[in-house]
Amino acid sequence: MKDFNYHSAKDSKEASKLASSSSAFLAGGMTTIPSMKLGLATYKDLIDIKNIKKLSGIKVSGKSVIIGAATKHVEVSNSKDVKKAIPSLSSLAEGIGDPQVRNRGTIGGSIANNDPSADYPSACIALNATIHTNERKIEAAKFFKGMFETALKKGELIEAIEFQIPEKSSYQKHPNPASRYAIVGVYVAKHKGDVNVAVTGAKSCVYNDKDMSKALTGNFSSSSIDGMDLDSSEMNSDMHASADFRASLVVTQAKKAVDAC
Amino acid sequence: MGKISLEVNGRKVEKEAPDNTLLSTFLREHLQLTGTHIGCDTSQCGACVVHVDGNSLKSCTALAADVNGSKVTTIEGLETNGKMHPMQEAFKKLHGLQCGFCTPGMVMSAVDLLQKNKKPSDTEIRDWLEGNICRCTGYQNIVAAVKEAATKM
Repeated sequence: MKDFNYHSAKDSKEASKLASSSSAFLAGGMTTIPSMKLGLATYKDLIDIKNIKKLSGIKVSGKSVIIGAATKHVEVSNSKDVKKAIPSLSSLAEGIGDPQVRNRGTIGGSIANNDPSADYPSACIALNATIHTNERKIEAAKFFKGMFETALKKGELIEAIEFQIPEKSSYQKHPNPASRYAIVGVYVAKHKGDVNVAVTGAKSCVYNDKDMSKALTGNFSSSSIDGMDLDSSEMNSDMHASADFRASLVVTQAKKAVDAC
Repeated sequence: MGKISLEVNGRKVEKEAPDNTLLSTFLREHLQLTGTHIGCDTSQCGACVVHVDGNSLKSCTALAADVNGSKVTTIEGLETNGKMHPMQEAFKKLHGLQCGFCTPGMVMSAVDLLQKNKKPSDTEIRDWLEGNICRCTGYQNIVAAVKEAATKM
Protein backbone atom coordinates (compact mmCIF):
# COMPACT_ATOMS: atom_id res chain seq x y z
CA MET A 1 0.00 0.00 0.00
CA LYS A 2 1.36 3.40 -0.96
CA ASP A 3 2.10 5.79 1.84
CA PHE A 4 -0.36 8.47 2.87
CA ASN A 5 -0.92 10.84 5.78
CA TYR A 6 -3.40 9.66 8.39
CA HIS A 7 -5.51 12.27 10.15
CA SER A 8 -8.12 11.75 12.84
CA ALA A 9 -10.72 14.52 12.68
CA LYS A 10 -12.42 15.82 15.83
CA ASP A 11 -15.50 17.17 14.10
CA SER A 12 -17.13 17.46 10.67
CA LYS A 13 -15.70 20.94 10.20
CA GLU A 14 -12.13 19.74 10.66
CA ALA A 15 -12.78 16.72 8.43
CA SER A 16 -14.03 18.78 5.51
CA LYS A 17 -11.27 21.34 6.01
CA LEU A 18 -8.68 18.58 5.63
CA ALA A 19 -10.36 17.21 2.49
CA SER A 20 -8.77 17.78 -0.90
CA SER A 21 -8.87 16.30 -4.39
CA SER A 22 -6.46 13.58 -3.23
CA SER A 23 -8.05 12.64 0.07
CA ALA A 24 -10.69 10.21 1.30
CA PHE A 25 -12.72 9.94 4.45
CA LEU A 26 -12.05 6.78 6.42
CA ALA A 27 -14.88 5.23 8.41
CA GLY A 28 -14.81 1.43 8.78
CA GLY A 29 -12.41 1.14 5.85
CA MET A 30 -14.00 -2.12 4.67
CA THR A 31 -13.78 -1.00 1.04
CA THR A 32 -11.27 1.85 1.23
CA ILE A 33 -8.44 -0.19 2.76
CA PRO A 34 -8.71 -3.23 0.42
CA SER A 35 -8.97 -0.86 -2.59
CA MET A 36 -5.82 0.94 -1.50
CA LYS A 37 -3.98 -2.33 -0.87
CA LEU A 38 -4.84 -3.53 -4.36
CA GLY A 39 -3.70 -0.22 -5.85
CA LEU A 40 -7.20 0.53 -7.16
CA ALA A 41 -7.25 3.75 -5.17
CA THR A 42 -4.47 5.99 -3.90
CA TYR A 43 -4.82 8.99 -1.63
CA LYS A 44 -2.41 11.51 -0.19
CA ASP A 45 -4.51 11.93 2.92
CA LEU A 46 -6.88 9.63 4.79
CA ILE A 47 -9.21 11.48 7.13
CA ASP A 48 -10.53 9.23 9.87
CA ILE A 49 -14.04 10.27 10.90
CA LYS A 50 -14.72 7.43 13.36
CA ASN A 51 -13.85 9.54 16.38
CA ILE A 52 -16.40 12.25 15.59
CA LYS A 53 -18.94 11.45 18.30
CA LYS A 54 -21.81 13.23 16.57
CA LEU A 55 -21.63 10.76 13.68
CA SER A 56 -22.47 7.65 15.72
CA GLY A 57 -25.76 6.60 17.18
CA ILE A 58 -29.38 5.78 16.46
CA LYS A 59 -32.42 7.96 17.13
CA VAL A 60 -36.01 6.88 16.61
CA SER A 61 -38.84 9.38 16.44
CA GLY A 62 -42.49 8.75 15.57
CA LYS A 63 -41.97 8.82 11.84
CA SER A 64 -38.32 8.15 11.26
CA VAL A 65 -35.16 6.33 12.25
CA ILE A 66 -32.02 8.47 12.09
CA ILE A 67 -28.71 6.63 12.00
CA GLY A 68 -25.38 8.41 12.31
CA ALA A 69 -23.04 7.85 9.38
CA ALA A 70 -20.27 6.20 11.41
CA THR A 71 -22.67 3.76 13.09
CA LYS A 72 -21.48 0.20 12.56
CA HIS A 73 -23.56 -2.54 10.96
CA VAL A 74 -23.48 -4.53 14.21
CA GLU A 75 -24.95 -1.57 16.08
CA VAL A 76 -27.83 -1.34 13.62
CA SER A 77 -28.48 -5.10 13.69
CA ASN A 78 -28.40 -5.22 17.52
CA SER A 79 -30.44 -2.07 18.12
CA LYS A 80 -33.73 -2.83 19.87
CA ASP A 81 -35.08 0.51 18.64
CA VAL A 82 -34.37 -0.33 15.00
CA LYS A 83 -35.74 -3.85 15.45
CA LYS A 84 -38.97 -2.39 16.75
CA ALA A 85 -39.35 0.47 14.28
CA ILE A 86 -38.05 -1.13 11.05
CA PRO A 87 -37.22 -4.83 11.64
CA SER A 88 -36.22 -5.30 7.99
CA LEU A 89 -33.46 -2.70 8.38
CA SER A 90 -31.97 -4.54 11.32
CA SER A 91 -32.04 -7.87 9.47
CA LEU A 92 -30.45 -6.23 6.41
CA ALA A 93 -27.56 -5.08 8.62
CA GLU A 94 -27.26 -8.57 10.07
CA GLY A 95 -26.79 -10.01 6.58
CA ILE A 96 -23.91 -7.78 5.48
CA GLY A 97 -20.57 -9.52 4.91
CA ASP A 98 -19.32 -11.43 7.93
CA PRO A 99 -19.15 -10.64 11.68
CA GLN A 100 -15.77 -8.93 11.35
CA VAL A 101 -17.07 -6.68 8.57
CA ARG A 102 -20.17 -5.89 10.64
CA ASN A 103 -17.98 -5.03 13.64
CA ARG A 104 -16.18 -2.43 11.58
CA GLY A 105 -18.13 -1.35 8.49
CA THR A 106 -20.42 1.67 8.70
CA ILE A 107 -23.70 2.70 7.12
CA GLY A 108 -22.31 6.01 5.85
CA GLY A 109 -19.34 4.29 4.27
CA SER A 110 -21.57 1.80 2.50
CA ILE A 111 -23.77 4.54 1.09
CA ALA A 112 -20.91 6.84 0.09
CA ASN A 113 -19.27 3.96 -1.75
CA ASN A 114 -22.51 3.03 -3.57
CA ASP A 115 -21.36 -0.40 -4.65
CA PRO A 116 -23.92 -1.73 -7.17
CA SER A 117 -24.32 -4.87 -5.01
CA ALA A 118 -24.36 -3.23 -1.58
CA ASP A 119 -27.38 -3.74 0.67
CA TYR A 120 -27.89 -0.33 2.31
CA PRO A 121 -28.58 1.71 -0.86
CA SER A 122 -31.73 -0.36 -1.40
CA ALA A 123 -32.90 0.49 2.13
CA CYS A 124 -32.38 4.18 1.40
CA ILE A 125 -34.51 4.01 -1.75
CA ALA A 126 -37.23 1.78 -0.26
CA LEU A 127 -37.52 3.77 2.97
CA ASN A 128 -37.55 7.23 1.28
CA ALA A 129 -34.36 8.14 3.11
CA THR A 130 -32.91 11.60 3.44
CA ILE A 131 -29.12 11.77 3.48
CA HIS A 132 -27.93 14.51 5.84
CA THR A 133 -24.52 15.88 4.98
CA ASN A 134 -22.50 18.68 6.57
CA GLU A 135 -23.83 20.95 3.81
CA ARG A 136 -27.38 19.89 2.93
CA LYS A 137 -30.07 17.23 2.89
CA ILE A 138 -30.33 14.97 -0.16
CA GLU A 139 -33.23 12.68 -1.02
CA ALA A 140 -32.08 9.10 -1.61
CA ALA A 141 -33.72 9.11 -5.06
CA LYS A 142 -31.31 11.92 -6.06
CA PHE A 143 -28.29 10.63 -4.16
CA PHE A 144 -27.36 7.42 -5.99
CA LYS A 145 -26.11 8.56 -9.39
CA GLY A 146 -24.53 5.49 -10.95
CA MET A 147 -21.95 2.77 -10.39
CA PHE A 148 -19.89 3.92 -7.34
CA GLU A 149 -21.20 7.44 -7.97
CA THR A 150 -23.20 9.63 -5.64
CA ALA A 151 -24.35 13.25 -5.43
CA LEU A 152 -21.64 13.97 -2.83
CA LYS A 153 -19.23 16.75 -3.69
CA LYS A 154 -15.56 16.80 -2.72
CA GLY A 155 -15.21 17.30 0.98
CA GLU A 156 -18.91 16.76 1.60
CA LEU A 157 -19.41 14.40 4.51
CA ILE A 158 -22.46 12.25 5.26
CA GLU A 159 -23.50 12.88 8.86
CA ALA A 160 -26.67 10.79 9.15
CA ILE A 161 -29.28 8.86 7.23
CA GLU A 162 -32.93 9.41 8.03
CA PHE A 163 -35.27 6.53 7.14
CA GLN A 164 -39.02 6.88 6.96
CA ILE A 165 -40.77 4.20 9.02
CA PRO A 166 -42.99 2.21 6.66
CA GLU A 167 -46.24 0.37 7.42
CA LYS A 168 -44.60 -2.91 6.41
CA SER A 169 -41.31 -3.86 4.82
CA SER A 170 -38.95 -6.71 4.05
CA TYR A 171 -35.53 -7.10 2.46
CA GLN A 172 -34.72 -10.34 0.67
CA LYS A 173 -31.50 -11.14 -1.10
CA HIS A 174 -29.89 -13.88 -3.08
CA PRO A 175 -26.35 -13.51 -1.71
CA ASN A 176 -23.12 -14.39 -3.40
CA PRO A 177 -22.16 -17.44 -1.32
CA ALA A 178 -18.58 -16.22 -0.86
CA SER A 179 -18.84 -12.47 -0.29
CA ARG A 180 -22.47 -12.18 0.90
CA TYR A 181 -22.89 -9.24 -1.44
CA ALA A 182 -26.29 -9.27 -3.12
CA ILE A 183 -26.36 -10.99 -6.51
CA VAL A 184 -29.84 -9.55 -6.35
CA GLY A 185 -31.47 -7.92 -3.32
CA VAL A 186 -34.98 -6.49 -3.20
CA TYR A 187 -36.28 -4.17 -0.50
CA VAL A 188 -40.06 -3.85 -0.50
CA ALA A 189 -41.58 -1.12 1.67
CA LYS A 190 -45.27 -0.33 1.91
CA HIS A 191 -45.86 3.28 2.90
CA LYS A 192 -49.15 5.04 3.31
CA GLY A 193 -50.24 5.54 -0.28
CA ASP A 194 -47.47 3.80 -2.21
CA VAL A 195 -45.05 0.88 -2.33
CA ASN A 196 -41.34 1.07 -3.12
CA VAL A 197 -39.52 -1.87 -4.66
CA ALA A 198 -35.82 -1.05 -4.43
CA VAL A 199 -33.51 -3.38 -6.30
CA THR A 200 -29.76 -3.78 -5.73
CA GLY A 201 -27.24 -6.03 -7.48
CA ALA A 202 -29.23 -6.27 -10.70
CA LYS A 203 -28.03 -3.15 -12.55
CA SER A 204 -25.10 -0.74 -12.36
CA CYS A 205 -26.90 1.19 -9.62
CA VAL A 206 -29.73 0.67 -7.15
CA TYR A 207 -33.17 1.62 -8.53
CA ASN A 208 -36.88 1.63 -7.69
CA ASP A 209 -38.71 -0.79 -10.00
CA LYS A 210 -41.62 1.32 -11.21
CA ASP A 211 -43.63 -1.56 -12.73
CA MET A 212 -43.56 -3.71 -9.61
CA SER A 213 -44.12 -0.64 -7.45
CA LYS A 214 -47.25 0.24 -9.46
CA ALA A 215 -48.60 -3.32 -9.38
CA LEU A 216 -48.06 -3.61 -5.64
CA THR A 217 -49.51 -0.17 -4.90
CA GLY A 218 -52.68 -1.39 -6.67
CA ASN A 219 -52.76 -4.72 -4.87
CA PHE A 220 -50.22 -5.53 -2.17
CA SER A 221 -49.99 -9.25 -2.84
CA SER A 222 -47.20 -11.32 -4.36
CA SER A 223 -49.73 -12.61 -6.92
CA SER A 224 -49.82 -9.14 -8.49
CA ILE A 225 -46.16 -9.42 -9.59
CA ASP A 226 -46.11 -13.19 -10.17
CA GLY A 227 -44.52 -14.07 -13.52
CA MET A 228 -43.70 -10.44 -14.33
CA ASP A 229 -41.33 -10.32 -17.29
CA LEU A 230 -38.71 -7.67 -16.48
CA ASP A 231 -36.50 -6.15 -19.15
CA SER A 232 -33.03 -7.61 -18.61
CA SER A 233 -31.22 -5.54 -21.23
CA GLU A 234 -29.60 -3.24 -18.64
CA MET A 235 -28.97 -5.94 -16.07
CA ASN A 236 -25.53 -7.15 -15.00
CA SER A 237 -24.22 -10.39 -16.40
CA ASP A 238 -21.20 -12.12 -14.86
CA MET A 239 -19.81 -15.49 -13.78
CA HIS A 240 -22.31 -15.61 -10.91
CA ALA A 241 -25.54 -14.87 -12.77
CA SER A 242 -26.65 -13.98 -16.29
CA ALA A 243 -28.83 -10.92 -16.92
CA ASP A 244 -31.89 -13.11 -17.55
CA PHE A 245 -31.32 -15.04 -14.33
CA ARG A 246 -31.01 -11.74 -12.45
CA ALA A 247 -34.28 -10.49 -13.98
CA SER A 248 -35.97 -13.65 -12.77
CA LEU A 249 -34.34 -13.34 -9.33
CA VAL A 250 -35.63 -9.79 -8.93
CA VAL A 251 -39.24 -11.03 -9.25
CA THR A 252 -38.59 -14.05 -7.00
CA GLN A 253 -36.99 -11.95 -4.26
CA ALA A 254 -39.68 -9.26 -4.56
CA LYS A 255 -42.39 -11.90 -4.13
CA LYS A 256 -40.58 -13.34 -1.11
CA ALA A 257 -40.31 -9.85 0.36
CA VAL A 258 -44.02 -9.13 -0.12
CA ASP A 259 -44.94 -12.48 1.45
CA ALA A 260 -42.63 -11.76 4.39
CA CYS A 261 -44.19 -8.33 5.03
CA MET B 1 5.05 8.34 10.84
CA GLY B 2 3.01 8.38 13.97
CA LYS B 3 3.14 6.95 17.45
CA ILE B 4 1.01 3.83 17.94
CA SER B 5 0.03 3.06 21.52
CA LEU B 6 -1.80 -0.18 22.15
CA GLU B 7 -2.35 -2.66 24.91
CA VAL B 8 -1.55 -5.99 23.28
CA ASN B 9 -2.30 -9.15 25.25
CA GLY B 10 -2.22 -7.14 28.46
CA ARG B 11 1.11 -5.47 27.70
CA LYS B 12 1.37 -1.77 26.88
CA VAL B 13 3.30 -1.10 23.68
CA GLU B 14 4.30 2.15 22.04
CA LYS B 15 6.09 2.30 18.71
CA GLU B 16 6.58 4.64 15.81
CA ALA B 17 5.14 3.32 12.56
CA PRO B 18 4.44 4.74 9.10
CA ASP B 19 0.79 5.86 8.67
CA ASN B 20 0.11 3.11 6.12
CA THR B 21 0.99 0.32 8.58
CA LEU B 22 -1.77 -2.26 8.80
CA LEU B 23 -2.63 -3.67 12.21
CA SER B 24 -1.55 -7.13 10.96
CA THR B 25 1.84 -5.73 9.89
CA PHE B 26 2.23 -3.91 13.18
CA LEU B 27 1.56 -7.09 15.15
CA ARG B 28 3.73 -9.35 13.03
CA GLU B 29 6.65 -7.13 12.06
CA HIS B 30 6.83 -4.51 14.79
CA LEU B 31 5.86 -6.72 17.74
CA GLN B 32 6.98 -10.10 16.31
CA LEU B 33 3.60 -11.63 17.17
CA THR B 34 3.53 -13.92 14.16
CA GLY B 35 0.65 -16.07 15.38
CA THR B 36 -1.65 -13.72 13.50
CA HIS B 37 -1.49 -15.04 9.94
CA ILE B 38 -1.83 -13.29 6.59
CA GLY B 39 -3.67 -15.59 4.22
CA CYS B 40 -5.27 -13.64 1.42
CA ASP B 41 -4.51 -10.01 2.29
CA THR B 42 -7.84 -9.10 0.66
CA SER B 43 -10.09 -9.35 3.75
CA GLN B 44 -11.65 -12.66 2.77
CA CYS B 45 -9.88 -15.52 4.52
CA GLY B 46 -9.98 -14.42 8.16
CA ALA B 47 -6.58 -15.91 9.13
CA CYS B 48 -5.68 -12.47 10.55
CA VAL B 49 -8.64 -12.12 12.94
CA VAL B 50 -7.77 -10.54 16.29
CA HIS B 51 -9.88 -8.86 18.97
CA VAL B 52 -9.89 -5.09 19.31
CA ASP B 53 -11.65 -3.80 22.41
CA GLY B 54 -13.38 -7.15 22.74
CA ASN B 55 -14.67 -7.50 19.17
CA SER B 56 -13.18 -9.57 16.37
CA LEU B 57 -11.87 -7.83 13.29
CA LYS B 58 -9.62 -8.61 10.36
CA SER B 59 -6.29 -7.05 11.23
CA CYS B 60 -5.24 -6.92 7.56
CA THR B 61 -8.10 -4.48 6.95
CA ALA B 62 -7.48 -2.01 9.75
CA LEU B 63 -4.72 0.54 10.09
CA ALA B 64 -2.64 0.44 13.23
CA ALA B 65 -3.31 4.18 13.42
CA ASP B 66 -7.05 3.81 13.43
CA VAL B 67 -7.12 1.41 16.37
CA ASN B 68 -4.68 3.58 18.29
CA GLY B 69 -5.35 3.46 22.02
CA SER B 70 -7.23 0.15 21.86
CA LYS B 71 -6.84 -3.15 23.68
CA VAL B 72 -5.82 -5.89 21.26
CA THR B 73 -5.86 -9.63 21.89
CA THR B 74 -4.09 -11.97 19.50
CA ILE B 75 -3.89 -15.76 19.48
CA GLU B 76 -0.77 -15.48 21.67
CA GLY B 77 -2.88 -13.79 24.34
CA LEU B 78 -5.38 -16.62 24.84
CA GLU B 79 -3.31 -18.98 26.97
CA THR B 80 -3.12 -18.56 30.73
CA ASN B 81 0.06 -19.66 32.53
CA GLY B 82 1.09 -21.92 29.68
CA LYS B 83 -2.32 -23.60 29.54
CA MET B 84 -4.25 -23.50 26.30
CA HIS B 85 -7.57 -21.71 26.07
CA PRO B 86 -10.59 -24.10 26.01
CA MET B 87 -11.15 -23.20 22.35
CA GLN B 88 -7.56 -24.16 21.47
CA GLU B 89 -7.94 -27.40 23.49
CA ALA B 90 -11.16 -28.23 21.63
CA PHE B 91 -9.59 -27.60 18.20
CA LYS B 92 -6.70 -29.90 19.19
CA LYS B 93 -8.89 -32.62 20.67
CA LEU B 94 -11.40 -32.75 17.82
CA HIS B 95 -8.93 -32.26 14.95
CA GLY B 96 -10.38 -28.88 14.04
CA LEU B 97 -7.25 -28.24 12.00
CA GLN B 98 -4.93 -29.90 9.55
CA CYS B 99 -2.28 -27.52 8.21
CA GLY B 100 -3.13 -24.97 10.89
CA PHE B 101 -2.76 -21.88 8.76
CA CYS B 102 -6.32 -20.62 9.24
CA THR B 103 -6.49 -21.77 12.86
CA PRO B 104 -5.46 -18.56 14.70
CA GLY B 105 -8.22 -16.66 12.90
CA MET B 106 -10.75 -19.46 13.35
CA VAL B 107 -10.04 -19.64 17.07
CA MET B 108 -10.17 -15.86 17.60
CA SER B 109 -13.40 -15.60 15.64
CA ALA B 110 -14.97 -18.55 17.50
CA VAL B 111 -13.98 -17.10 20.88
CA ASP B 112 -15.75 -13.86 19.92
CA LEU B 113 -18.84 -15.89 18.99
CA LEU B 114 -18.98 -17.57 22.39
CA GLN B 115 -18.56 -14.21 24.13
CA LYS B 116 -21.77 -13.12 22.43
CA ASN B 117 -23.70 -16.36 22.18
CA LYS B 118 -22.93 -18.95 24.84
CA LYS B 119 -24.80 -21.86 23.22
CA PRO B 120 -24.73 -21.38 19.47
CA SER B 121 -26.45 -23.84 17.15
CA ASP B 122 -24.60 -25.49 14.25
CA THR B 123 -26.17 -22.96 11.87
CA GLU B 124 -25.15 -20.03 14.08
CA ILE B 125 -21.57 -21.34 14.24
CA ARG B 126 -21.41 -21.77 10.46
CA ASP B 127 -22.92 -18.32 9.88
CA TRP B 128 -20.49 -16.73 12.30
CA LEU B 129 -17.49 -18.38 10.65
CA GLU B 130 -18.59 -16.99 7.27
CA GLY B 131 -15.50 -14.78 7.21
CA ASN B 132 -13.02 -17.58 8.01
CA ILE B 133 -11.89 -19.87 5.24
CA CYS B 134 -10.26 -23.27 5.80
CA ARG B 135 -9.04 -25.24 2.80
CA CYS B 136 -8.26 -28.49 4.66
CA THR B 137 -10.87 -29.67 7.10
CA GLY B 138 -14.22 -29.28 5.42
CA TYR B 139 -15.34 -27.43 8.56
CA GLN B 140 -17.09 -30.40 10.26
CA ASN B 141 -14.50 -30.71 12.99
CA ILE B 142 -14.20 -26.96 13.37
CA VAL B 143 -17.93 -26.73 14.12
CA ALA B 144 -17.62 -29.71 16.49
CA ALA B 145 -14.70 -28.02 18.26
CA VAL B 146 -16.62 -24.78 18.76
CA LYS B 147 -19.54 -26.76 20.21
CA GLU B 148 -17.19 -28.63 22.54
CA ALA B 149 -15.57 -25.37 23.68
CA ALA B 150 -19.04 -23.96 24.39
CA THR B 151 -19.49 -26.63 27.06
CA LYS B 152 -16.16 -25.66 28.69
CA MET B 153 -16.29 -21.87 28.60
